[in-house]
Amino acid sequence: MQVPAPFEYERATSVDQAIGLLERLGSSARLVAGGHSLLPMMKLRLANFEYLIDINDLHAELGYIRLSDDEVRIGAMTRHRELLESDVLAGVFPIFADAEKVIADPIVRNRGTLGGSLCQADPSEDLSAVCTTLDASCVIRGPGGSERVVTMEEFHVGPYETAVADNEILTEIRIPRKSFKVGSAYAKVERRAGDWAVVSAGAAVWLDQGRIVDARVGLAAVGPNTTGIPEISAALRGHEPDESLFELAGAIAARSCDPATDTRGSADYKRHLADELTRRTLRKAVERARS
Amino acid sequence: MTTTQDAKLTEFEDNDQKPVGFGRMLRKEDARLLRGRGRFVDDVQLPGMLHLAILRSPFAHANIVSIDTSAAEASPGVKAVVTGETLKGLGLAWMPTLSNDVQAVLATDRVRFQGQEVAFVVAEDRYQARDALELIDVEYEVLEPVVDVRKALSPDAPVIRTDLEGKTDNHVFDWETGDEEETNRVFASADVIVKEDIVYPRVHPAPMETCGSVADFDPVEGKLRLWSTTQAPHAHRTLYAIVAGLPEHKIQVIAPDIGGGFGNKVPIYPGYVHSIVGSIVTGKPVKWMEDRSENLISTGFARDYIMRAEIAATREGKILAIRTNVLADHGAFNGTAAPVKYPAGFFGVFTGSYDLQAAHCKMTAVYTNKAPGGVAYACSFRITEAVYLVERIVDALAYELQIDPAELRLKNFIQPEQFPYTTKTGWVYDSGDYEPTMRLAMEMAGYDELRKEQAEKRARGELMGIGIAFFTEAVGAGPRKNMDILGLGMADGCELRVHPTGKAVVRLSVKTQGQGHETTFAQIIAEELGIPPADIDVLHGDTDNTPFGLGTYGSRSTPVSGAAAALVARKVRDKAKLIASGMLEVSVADLDWVKGAFQVKGDPGRSVTIQEIAFRAHGAGDLPDGVEGGLEAQICYNPSNLTYPHGAYICVVDIDPGTAEVKVRRFIAVDDCGTRINPMIIEGQVHGGLTDGVGMALMEMISFDEDGNCLGASLMDYLIPTALEVPDWETGYTVTPSPHHPIGAKGIGESATVGSPPAIVNAVVDALKPFGIRHADMPLTPSRVWDAMRGQATPPI
Amino acid sequence: MQVTMTVNGTEYTREIEGRMLLVHFLRDVLGLTGTHWGCDTSNCGVCVVWLDGEPVKSCTVLAAMAGGHEVRTVEGLANGAELDPIQEGFRQCHGLQCGFCTPGMLMTCRALLDKNPDPTEGEIREAISGQICRCTGYSSIIRSVRWAAVHEASSAQEEVSAQ
Repeated sequence: MQVPAPFEYERATSVDQAIGLLERLGSSARLVAGGHSLLPMMKLRLANFEYLIDINDLHAELGYIRLSDDEVRIGAMTRHRELLESDVLAGVFPIFADAEKVIADPIVRNRGTLGGSLCQADPSEDLSAVCTTLDASCVIRGPGGSERVVTMEEFHVGPYETAVADNEILTEIRIPRKSFKVGSAYAKVERRAGDWAVVSAGAAVWLDQGRIVDARVGLAAVGPNTTGIPEISAALRGHEPDESLFELAGAIAARSCDPATDTRGSADYKRHLADELTRRTLRKAVERARS
Repeated sequence: MTTTQDAKLTEFEDNDQKPVGFGRMLRKEDARLLRGRGRFVDDVQLPGMLHLAILRSPFAHANIVSIDTSAAEASPGVKAVVTGETLKGLGLAWMPTLSNDVQAVLATDRVRFQGQEVAFVVAEDRYQARDALELIDVEYEVLEPVVDVRKALSPDAPVIRTDLEGKTDNHVFDWETGDEEETNRVFASADVIVKEDIVYPRVHPAPMETCGSVADFDPVEGKLRLWSTTQAPHAHRTLYAIVAGLPEHKIQVIAPDIGGGFGNKVPIYPGYVHSIVGSIVTGKPVKWMEDRSENLISTGFARDYIMRAEIAATREGKILAIRTNVLADHGAFNGTAAPVKYPAGFFGVFTGSYDLQAAHCKMTAVYTNKAPGGVAYACSFRITEAVYLVERIVDALAYELQIDPAELRLKNFIQPEQFPYTTKTGWVYDSGDYEPTMRLAMEMAGYDELRKEQAEKRARGELMGIGIAFFTEAVGAGPRKNMDILGLGMADGCELRVHPTGKAVVRLSVKTQGQGHETTFAQIIAEELGIPPADIDVLHGDTDNTPFGLGTYGSRSTPVSGAAAALVARKVRDKAKLIASGMLEVSVADLDWVKGAFQVKGDPGRSVTIQEIAFRAHGAGDLPDGVEGGLEAQICYNPSNLTYPHGAYICVVDIDPGTAEVKVRRFIAVDDCGTRINPMIIEGQVHGGLTDGVGMALMEMISFDEDGNCLGASLMDYLIPTALEVPDWETGYTVTPSPHHPIGAKGIGESATVGSPPAIVNAVVDALKPFGIRHADMPLTPSRVWDAMRGQATPPI
Repeated sequence: MQVTMTVNGTEYTREIEGRMLLVHFLRDVLGLTGTHWGCDTSNCGVCVVWLDGEPVKSCTVLAAMAGGHEVRTVEGLANGAELDPIQEGFRQCHGLQCGFCTPGMLMTCRALLDKNPDPTEGEIREAISGQICRCTGYSSIIRSVRWAAVHEASSAQEEVSAQ
């Protein structure tokens, strides 16, 4: 089988020690958590690093899901399986469980992490779409205990590129909670279980006395997807949710995205799915918000 | 709680009552495989063993300008770097393919497909070997590739096989079968003609274990031992003798446990030869294991037929004739594994299970800048393509005539009294009784209920499809008068020894890759001799210790070697009878065989068991005049005909109208493989093949971009069904024994792979009937189904 | 670098390269060839072993990452001559053919039963969905897991009534 080129293995014992290592080793080093995106790329020799810094021991420090009145904080080392099985998350943001059920496969989910997924910044990656949908922000820690908080839009610089500098670590995701009824949902079309999305869509809706106070949609695999779709939010705010509104949102989603034709499907089909899945997830999100 | 699966658990209660002969019996090979004690090629570890890695062409078509191996040679642990030039010096740069073409062992002049072997490195460990590949510097002059098979014969297409003297185009062969004139005459007078262009895309068998070998050449003995992933160890040994010029008795090919073959491990690949050369050059054992990308981009693909199908019928639905025109993509070298007189394999059975007045096929095969191979993937030598063609076009006819597809098939079956039935393309079907098989499948499916459900759903805008396929297979190649591979007749040897205590060892020429030979063949011997299967050891996969034969593929093990095993046991039994007559002091005419013993006619109290006879055969005391000691026999079985299993498959699918995703809800498979040796193993073979069918119909395809880059080069891109894409299989059976096979068995290994793709595609097309769809090509991915729903179905290539 | 890990209850310390994959450590260094590999992209799952009790794909875990941790492989399933019920289930229900994906399947299914002693067909399908079997079509694997579930439940009951 294919094997990675030589590198030095280092194991981080704390976040700050990991940052110290990164400071010393610069761009020749890369953090590895679950490794399910990075190691295959290194085996195929599409990526080479002199040093790999194993941060799995940081799970004790960064593997958590904490709920407070105004936000949910999720540690970057929280594994996919933990996101899937979390009752806390299922209670507030079922979109996570929806998405996690269709991310990779159960074995990969035992290893893969939230932070690893976001930092891979693959345009087809599902958790980025989830975090975008929920208007999450990312906590990035650097040398000397410095910490900065960026939006998802700021976090994603481009495909496979994030705002995390060579000497920084993504430590936490923060998802705001609003004092309204909230519903969220995720849907993915894939050619086969475990495949990357042909298209995915996430939706979150906040209701106050039956009216939409906010709504967000996040798409994956249809081009850059990190801004959410503000036009949908604007179109939905203030209205009572109904089918015609979902249709409108779907139409906006279809024309706001920029999919490419590839072996997963034609651009036309993906555009159609952006529409279809936007409608489906909004419908489901509203249903959940109401229940 | 109980599940539907639990209901089936009760079937297993008789597990401990091991049959002396046929019946459900647990597998002998499982004891090691369950404990992680199987021995696969990559498990072979020899003292001083080196590792080999292959540098492959990144381009589909390019001249090699220069190769610089100096940096690789200086890389840590590297023992040898070998290029095509080195092999040329040894006369080993080219080797014959199974279709009498040649293939480069390492490219010398030019690379002709992406992934072609350009150089190899031998190093102390597998990591070092891989590292050194990065250091080989090859300068290529990139040439225009031939990717679109339809343009391969256009006058301005670049000529791929410049190595063949005088070659001025990309033509491989033309082939024809049936009577063109008669077929045209029948078509001219038919009420209805339906025509479809049908593509069977390139797919890949992708066994979970990739291909590999360990070569150990002993220069003192002059002996080569080769552990390799081969479905045909004896045929490979002979070919190595021819290619490498080593004496055949100095080559031992060992096929240890094989992690699935499905046809992928029939050909000889350059990598096997590399390991041999590597061992000769370094004087050490050398292991080569290909990675998954290498397996997918360079080893035996399957299908890649573009077919125009036409069917002629009366308005009442009597099918009169079928004709077809096929364009076959054979890749850069014609590496098809098929009997040499059958360049299109057994595609000639495209007349299916129907009684026709005429049939004709014309085929052209061409070279393209793609991997060589062809046939592989449980195809029964192109019957997969043939069955897909006929079952798809019959469904298109049903659509056109507005006749239920089950009814149309029932109306046109070859009738039981017509067997042996000679088709219009000259195949002699040995036996068959199709209607009961079809009726059983319909009954199991609840066919009429399903049609009612479909009508209700259609009225609500839901998309549900019911697909039928009925197939006749032709397996067990084959009679040596017209079937051989590179001159080696397709007969199989078998040797049986009964030890003094009545235990036995049977030696086979065929080789399991998961089919359970160690169990099935013990049962065949047990059935004939009455020795419990547990007392019978089955040896296979080692050319030094087994008789010659052509190997396991094309569902041939039971039809050919199974017959050999039964007959060799009968030979032993005949001898045992002579010894028994001496022991019981009666003439042989006065003896009756009751399974496991001879008894005196009319006096059942006087008998000797096969175990007692075995001891006498080896023991003290006289044997009858002219009878030698020992109890053993050997045979080489030459089948008089192929065997023709058949089956009726019904598939039910649901399609999400919004996303066009296809869900296979139910699949009913009724198979008739003649006499059933071990129903558990038969069912397992069927289940596996049905899953292949879901893969091919819905997701599997090796595609290329316009530069000839393979787009299916990993299991991330080449999708194989998981447990979530397939239903709980529903199987049934009928039994129509083969009249010429000694135990009436017909073979089952590939039936389901052959029969399931048309059932699934027919179901999807049936679901799309409200959109006026009569045909859509595989793979039916959501995107392609959505195209079809909008009337924009396109061929996949 | 040096790595120390416990495999099937035995502690091993070996000198390795940082890049060595766990599957190669098990197979080539320790000679535990029951764990196989089948792809380069962690899609096929024939390499599944347990890392601290969780099934993982050992082709996508560095041996170094397993340092200080516990690994269990197919060789550690049977108790001497006695097969684990999941192995017995596969034997009884023809849950294997070529046997190449089997070690990984066994490890995943054992872990499933430990968490969920009475899994439904759907739960079993989901649990093994990261692993490809090219031979069985999965139905017999599902039956094998159910066989183990049913037999473990009844032997647990026997134990209770014996007490």
